[in-house]
Amino acid sequence: MGMTIIKSFTFTMSVLTAMIVQAQEGIFDEYREMMGDDNPAVFVIDEGEEYWFAPAGPKQATLAECDLGLGPGVLEGAYAYLPRYFEDAGRVMDLEARLEFCMVELQGRSREDIHAKPYSLRGDQGTEMEALAAFIVDQSSAVAVSPSQDRPEERAMYALGEELFYYRAGPHDFSCATCHEQAGMRIRLQDLANLDSHEGAAGAYTSWPAYRISEGVVRTMGWRMRDCLRQQRLPELVMGSPASVALQTYLAVNAAGAELAAPGLKR
Amino acid sequence: MAGKIRIRAQQQGDYTEVKALMRHPMETGLRKDQAGEPIPAHFIEEVTVTHKGNVVMHAYWGAAVSANPFLGIQFEGGAPGDEVAVVWTDNKGETGEGTTKIR
Ligand code: HEC
Repeated sequence: MGMTIIKSFTFTMSVLTAMIVQAQEGIFDEYREMMGDDNPAVFVIDEGEEYWFAPAGPKQATLAECDLGLGPGVLEGAYAYLPRYFEDAGRVMDLEARLEFCMVELQGRSREDIHAKPYSLRGDQGTEMEALAAFIVDQSSAVAVSPSQDRPEERAMYALGEELFYYRAGPHDFSCATCHEQAGMRIRLQDLANLDSHEGAAGAYTSWPAYRISEGVVRTMGWRMRDCLRQQRLPELVMGSPASVALQTYLAVNAAGAELAAPGLKR
Repeated sequence: MAGKIRIRAQQQGDYTEVKALMRHPMETGLRKDQAGEPIPAHFIEEVTVTHKGNVVMHAYWGAAVSANPFLGIQFEGGAPGDEVAVVWTDNKGETGEGTTKIR
């Protein structure tokens, strides 16, 4: 008798939770729909353009001649082909690694300067890196994700990314896969996709960088990787590091063919 | 970079729909930064929407409104080509303004 009551109570509870989750997701979709094209990232895109053309660093040079892979200063579609191998740097780079390279080479800035605060902290209105990422990804809107896997270095990056995705470590023995290998599951109220599948990776990869409503800033894909490693209780991921590039290569290749729709709008 | 407003006004049959997105930090004054120092309050206090110079909406806002707020309103009596403006003032006395024509 007592057992039955408890059972039906838990059953009701889980139905309730499911309803609350549905309602929450519904509300968020409604919100997204209401916002339409009014993603606050539009301001950040403009700010990124200003950064791109503003002289900075010891050389007082702009980034306008930065080569993101399609030639100096070519921005249209460039993000879609990242991460990729760059001859001049001799390694595979994601967007942030490449921007850092251009800031050092073209503007004469130091690594310390660039890494001092790449991502917004509480109370910040955005950083140069976040604004540049928004500006650049916007120019690959509706372009298919097409990371090159022609070179052995690029294939090695994918392999490393896959290894990291399944690599269990830290106090809880989590890997990315612990949280991201099944579709239709959630943590707190966040639906988590299966990032090992094309569908799941595509949904995630094409919507970053993104404006995060809860933080009021645009976050980059590098930040997303760093914050998930934090959730994994691992040491802070260094922007543009091989680990960051590898994880993004893994996601980009899994997402290949899907059209970019970033900057996205996240909770 | 406070001050910027992205505004759109569209005629929808017998009413006009105005959508305005404002660049503003909307700091409550209750948060602390990474170093533990309080972040000073900075939020929009008043928002006015005008149609050909006549006020069609006037609102008092507070710290509970999100960063980079989005405002959507509808009013009657507008026609394509008419000018619509949105103006805000914040607790520091700063202002922002955006105008557009009804489409
Ligand atoms: C402890 C669980 C956990 C681990 C481990 C974890 N993540 Fe996440 N991840 C999350 C949560 C929760 C979210 C959603 C966060 C949100 O909405 O605020 C997320 C979001 C993401 C997203 C964005 C998805 C989207 O659609 O916007 C990507 C990409 C991602 N994680 C990749 C990774 C990678 C790569 C790793 C391993 C380095 C990893 N995650 C490890 C919990 C985890």
